[in-house]
Amino acid sequence: MDNKIPQTMPIQSATFSNPINAEIRRAAATGIYDIRGGGAKRRVPHFDDLLFLGASVSRYPLEGYRERCDTSVTLGTRFAKKPIKLDIPITIAGMSFGALSGPAKEALGRGASAAGTSTTTGDGGMTPEERGHSNKLVYQYLPSRYGMNPNDLRKADAIEIVVGQGAKPGGGGMLLGQKISDRVADMRTLPKGIDQRSACRHPDWTGPDDLEIKILELREITNWEVPIYVKVGGTRPYFDTALAVKAGADVVVLDGMQGGTAATQDVFIEHVGMPTLACIRPAVQALQDLGVHREVQLVVSGGIRTGADVAKAMALGADAVAIGTAALIALGDNDPKWEAEYQKLGTTTGAYDDWHEGKDPAGITTQDPDLMARLDPVEAGRRLRNYLKVMTLEAQTIARACGHNHLHNLEPEDLCALTLEAAAMAKIPMAGTDWYPGKPGTGY
Amino acid sequence: MQTYDLEANGLRGLNSALHAQSETTNQTEWNIVNPKGSHAIAVGLNAPIEVTVNGSTGYYCAGMNQQATVNVKGSVGPGVAENMMSGTVVVEGDASQYAGATGHGGLLVIKGNASSRCGISMKGIDIVVHGNIGHMSAFMAQAGNLVVCGDAGDALGDSLYEARLFVRGSVKSLGADCIEKEMRPEHIEILKDLLERAGADAKPEEFKRYGSARQLYNFDVDNAQSY
Repeated sequence: MDNKIPQTMPIQSATFSNPINAEIRRAAATGIYDIRGGGAKRRVPHFDDLLFLGASVSRYPLEGYRERCDTSVTLGTRFAKKPIKLDIPITIAGMSFGALSGPAKEALGRGASAAGTSTTTGDGGMTPEERGHSNKLVYQYLPSRYGMNPNDLRKADAIEIVVGQGAKPGGGGMLLGQKISDRVADMRTLPKGIDQRSACRHPDWTGPDDLEIKILELREITNWEVPIYVKVGGTRPYFDTALAVKAGADVVVLDGMQGGTAATQDVFIEHVGMPTLACIRPAVQALQDLGVHREVQLVVSGGIRTGADVAKAMALGADAVAIGTAALIALGDNDPKWEAEYQKLGTTTGAYDDWHEGKDPAGITTQDPDLMARLDPVEAGRRLRNYLKVMTLEAQTIARACGHNHLHNLEPEDLCALTLEAAAMAKIPMAGTDWYPGKPGTGY
Repeated sequence: MQTYDLEANGLRGLNSALHAQSETTNQTEWNIVNPKGSHAIAVGLNAPIEVTVNGSTGYYCAGMNQQATVNVKGSVGPGVAENMMSGTVVVEGDASQYAGATGHGGLLVIKGNASSRCGISMKGIDIVVHGNIGHMSAFMAQAGNLVVCGDAGDALGDSLYEARLFVRGSVKSLGADCIEKEMRPEHIEILKDLLERAGADAKPEEFKRYGSARQLYNFDVDNAQSY
């Protein structure tokens, strides 16, 4: 007879989980918060929680591959003399030279140009490689103004005034010393090797009234030719969109918390901002309330991965989307072929996010010449082009199935929600019902 | 000399005309009348012309200037000569906030006083203020020289990088990582040249120099309160 007394099983705390405890120990050992790249990794309501309904008796579909489904979009039609005409509604989000290597920026330009879309500079200015390989280049106007100059401003196809980004709305930039090479330091007028801080507010304007005057100045400098975008992090999308419109923006770029960053505190990435899904409808509502939906275009970013995501964002009212993290993965970021090297860095494929350390095995988020040489910008550009084409085909497939001959004709009525959270955030009825939480007239 | 009535003919016409001037233009002198506090006057210039604004301006006068000389016979609103690359901007009166913000080059002279955040994030511009400057001036200033013939307000040079700050009068307080530094002969030479070019009646020896202690250049938990 076994007299052993049954033992209580060891139970891990849901509150003090192993990852949490590891972070406590890391903080205690180093005295500094965790800094990483990428966007929010936590599970939040997302496009996966929505489904398309597809055509049936009440609507008829378009013939796949036979009947046309257009994908073009024109950005900047409100005031700019030269709006940007894109073949596809998927753009490349702003990522800096400095955060990314020169070849990586070149690859983004090549891939975007081959797919008929635009790419975007970042904090640190415009490089000749990037301008040279990008048919349509959006020049970011950031609080730091690193590398900002009127010559490059006049070379841009559009200007994007960055008020915030989804990974860190309310936060400034950061580029740690390992990546401040001679070239990066020179472009930013900084000493080599320092941990570069960027301000969180613009140095010469505060608030929407000032922004209106700043937009006027930029338009005057560029002779009212190029579109001016205003990019905001997803926090108060209704009011931020309305104020951007009031200030005179041609395009509002709205970045949810899944949107990536080159380097920011993990606590910022995971705990500040709203899911992309929750941002779109309030922004569209603001545009509709002001009577400028489609006149002022809305570009949505933060966690766009597939053509289904593109189609869902557009069905909710966006005119286009932007991708950052997904574009880097298409170039080769976090590729399993570097697994042995990820292991040496204490991480694994798919989880590598120490982009700020400059040790990227894929040669993308680095300024190390040996690592940079691993990325062939021509081949990487081709991969990005392929990926953009696939996303576009996927979005077209869905649009045709819903009976639309242009991606812009996708509408909220094409969608249903799988979860209450998604239904509430996207104002889309739960599948099989005509109800979502907060629906006017329902009482709850 | 070309005379442009801003009130009668509008801002767009003015900046278009000024942008149309090339390196070899014969129309080198421009006289703007009736500015009446308008914003974005003479922005984005890129030719060796001389523009005189007869009156006070609003925001961003001479923003992103290259090559041109802009004289303002009055006071200026926020952000005068912001992000200037080269050339000269002279303000006879006072300047509001952010004078010379993020400027990369050229010389900005303010004959009156400058408000807060003068020289914020400056990246190589030289700024000479005949009077006093407000709080948080030269915040995160990266390169260039800020010369103040009068007094400086609170938190001068907070989070400073490599810009040089010269103040003749008192400094209410220094910002994080900003310290007084030795005035060496090369600094006297820089000051002498700038004071002369700015028409400032002051002796270089009367100034104190301030710069970065460089303690915040790399993250250190013991400096956490200063970041």
